[in-house]
Amino acid sequence: MNRTGKQILFALALLALPFLAHAAKIGEISETTWTDQAIDFFTMQQPIVRTALTGSLLIGFCCGILGSFLVVRKLSLLGDTLSHAVLPGVAMGFLWNASKDPWAIFVGATAAGILGVALVGWIKQTTHLKEDSTMGMVLAGFYGVGICMTTVIQNMAMGNKSGLDKFFFGQAAALSSGDIELLSIIALITVVVILGFYKEFLVISFDSGFAQALGMPVKVLHYALMALLTFAVVVSLQAVGVVLVSALLITPAAAAFLLTDRMHWMLVLAAAFGMLAGAIGAFVSYLSNNLPTGPFIVLGATGIFLLALLFGPRHGLLPKMLRRRKQRQRIALENTLKAVFHLSESSQFKDQVFEIGRLATERNATLHETESEIRNLVKADMASRLDSRNGPEMSGQAQFELTKSGWYRACEIVRNHRLWELYLTNAAQYPIDHVHDDAEDIEHHLGEELVHRIEERLENPIHDPHGKLIPNRESIKL
Amino acid sequence: MRERFFPDFDWHTVFVQPWTDYSENSFWIVLMGFLVSGTCGLVGCFVILRRMALVGDAISHSLLPGITIAFLLTNSRDTLPMMLGAIAAGVATVALIEAIRHSSRIKPDAAIGIVFSSLFAIGVILISAFADKIDLDAECVLYGELGFIPLQDVVMFGGMEIGPEPVVRMAIIGLIAIGLLLSFFKEMLVTSFDPGLAASLGINPTRYQYGLTLFLSVVIVSSFESVGVVLVIAMIIFPGATALLLTDRLPKAIWLSTLFSALYAGLGFHLATWLEASIAGGMTVIAGFIFGLVWIAAPDRGLLTKFAKRALKSEIVLPNP
Repeated sequence: MNRTGKQILFALALLALPFLAHAAKIGEISETTWTDQAIDFFTMQQPIVRTALTGSLLIGFCCGILGSFLVVRKLSLLGDTLSHAVLPGVAMGFLWNASKDPWAIFVGATAAGILGVALVGWIKQTTHLKEDSTMGMVLAGFYGVGICMTTVIQNMAMGNKSGLDKFFFGQAAALSSGDIELLSIIALITVVVILGFYKEFLVISFDSGFAQALGMPVKVLHYALMALLTFAVVVSLQAVGVVLVSALLITPAAAAFLLTDRMHWMLVLAAAFGMLAGAIGAFVSYLSNNLPTGPFIVLGATGIFLLALLFGPRHGLLPKMLRRRKQRQRIALENTLKAVFHLSESSQFKDQVFEIGRLATERNATLHETESEIRNLVKADMASRLDSRNGPEMSGQAQFELTKSGWYRACEIVRNHRLWELYLTNAAQYPIDHVHDDAEDIEHHLGEELVHRIEERLENPIHDPHGKLIPNRESIKL
Repeated sequence: MRERFFPDFDWHTVFVQPWTDYSENSFWIVLMGFLVSGTCGLVGCFVILRRMALVGDAISHSLLPGITIAFLLTNSRDTLPMMLGAIAAGVATVALIEAIRHSSRIKPDAAIGIVFSSLFAIGVILISAFADKIDLDAECVLYGELGFIPLQDVVMFGGMEIGPEPVVRMAIIGLIAIGLLLSFFKEMLVTSFDPGLAASLGINPTRYQYGLTLFLSVVIVSSFESVGVVLVIAMIIFPGATALLLTDRLPKAIWLSTLFSALYAGLGFHLATWLEASIAGGMTVIAGFIFGLVWIAAPDRGLLTKFAKRALKSEIVLPNP
């Protein structure tokens, strides 16, 4: 836990670095204030801003939705493979008519992407190479072909105006209105296909064997999903770059995966996170003028992921830690109550008022520790102090008594403990001297229902294996 | 400047001229290519066996912020700070992946993707933000180019010229790799195939895992200058993967991977000369091509053999009624 904490701190520190870096940048270039720029940006008055922001939002939306399927199928890095594999297609599309015609590039890249994914599947099926090597080979091999082709293109006459470098790091401002049209169409197709075949995609994602048994066209659905993914990757390339597209597929979906167990919620959240990351990235890139958009979109997504990792209500690290702490406190409280019960029991339940010093002896604890335990009990309304004549603290003479709810809880705990001991000896044939430690753990976790069943099973016993009284519903009233 | 994608193929300019007109440069470039892909291939055999291929991909991407930060701190392009920065980045990558995996229900593949893309993004931003101060170019890191490695600084040893500094450096890394391989071969073998057995023999698998990760970072950082961060993955995976299609024995696979590396360097160089393309790209294309050949025509496991066997089998099993 401690080590993890340190590692996360380190990650946060790393994250802070770029922000420092661009803070310096803003200082140099901006004359208006930060908020003015934000208003300027989000009202989208300049057409170039409008294109960049709309594009980033659409990209975040598509990638978020489609990435969710990759993440739940443990195929996250297929997105990475895909984004590298489209490079030769991009170059090919560029060669087609020697200009940055979005449609030609789109067709070429999609063909290359689908070929890449098909090759991953095919190599995996026909050799004993593992999935990761296969993906790595397709990724690097296709990318190598792409590099060859782009270097050749750059040596060719039309290479100078190619703008192919935008495909590596991404600049949302490089998006043209043609790209936005393409993006909107892809977003629309994605939504229609996912909504139309939601059930089918759900089944193949979680249990493709079952899907096959149901007679679903698993292969067709798989390749349909891959085709959609390729579309999304290809249209995102210019805004976020080859390397970072995979982050847009994985990170928002992973953040959503931390927050919910329901696929439809995951899709909604991932789409929202993707759009948020897109907006953040486009905005920061706009603020800093000449920095590429892609990395900021990615860091935006990473930020969202870290927030989900730390604060997610169910799986977040912080809530988990708090829950664990709360449980530890409850157990400590219950152990104190149990000790008080034992004190009372040793006087045949005649004593109702106890000295802190005696409790400390009973618990084998220092006076100081016992004081704070009693304070916790009082806070939980399970005990009250009687008088503080003899000096309230640290004398050991100070007295307290349990409130009604305190007594009730104390009896419950002791009942749980002794009932469990009896159950272990009677029903599970444990030797009598082996049952205490087990009962010590489980007494804090037995629920009312289970206790009831055990009581019935043991025919409402009165004494535990050591001959001590099991406080039951009647005797608990005391 | 030319108009066509494929220039005319001329045996003389592609295969002879590089060795007659620029023989010295060609020699060092091909040797460097071989050293890079040979060393990567050596480490790669184990990387493949341990299913760490994509961890390697992640490490190679996160080197970018590592070397950038090292550069910003020391303001020099010396080997040592770069190397330390890269190793730190490699270790941080693996540690972060493990941290995410252990502290949440995120699967390893997603954890890898999240970590490397974030680190790479940080690197790109740092480079663009300090573009005026940094002598590094993100694109150069991404591509790398064997043709541009500095050949002027010649290393002298005992009054003798040995070779250009980058080549000598890579040769040293390669020799270290061979030395490590020879001294820890048994341990690496056992921990790769059966970590449980290794642990019962008193060999700590985690230690070797981290050792391999460390050395992988070293190899990647010394290679990226020549082949770029993405193609270094090709150099790591292709030789081993191709060799493992041909044999089941690790020592033989290692020999074969070295042989393939030599082919990549030689043929890739000539392919790039012909097309006037990136040499690293050319090497990768050759690597993919050789893998394709082996995949189709390997004696035991090739597609052809498989189809032939299947055809033969169906003939025997299903005689005409």
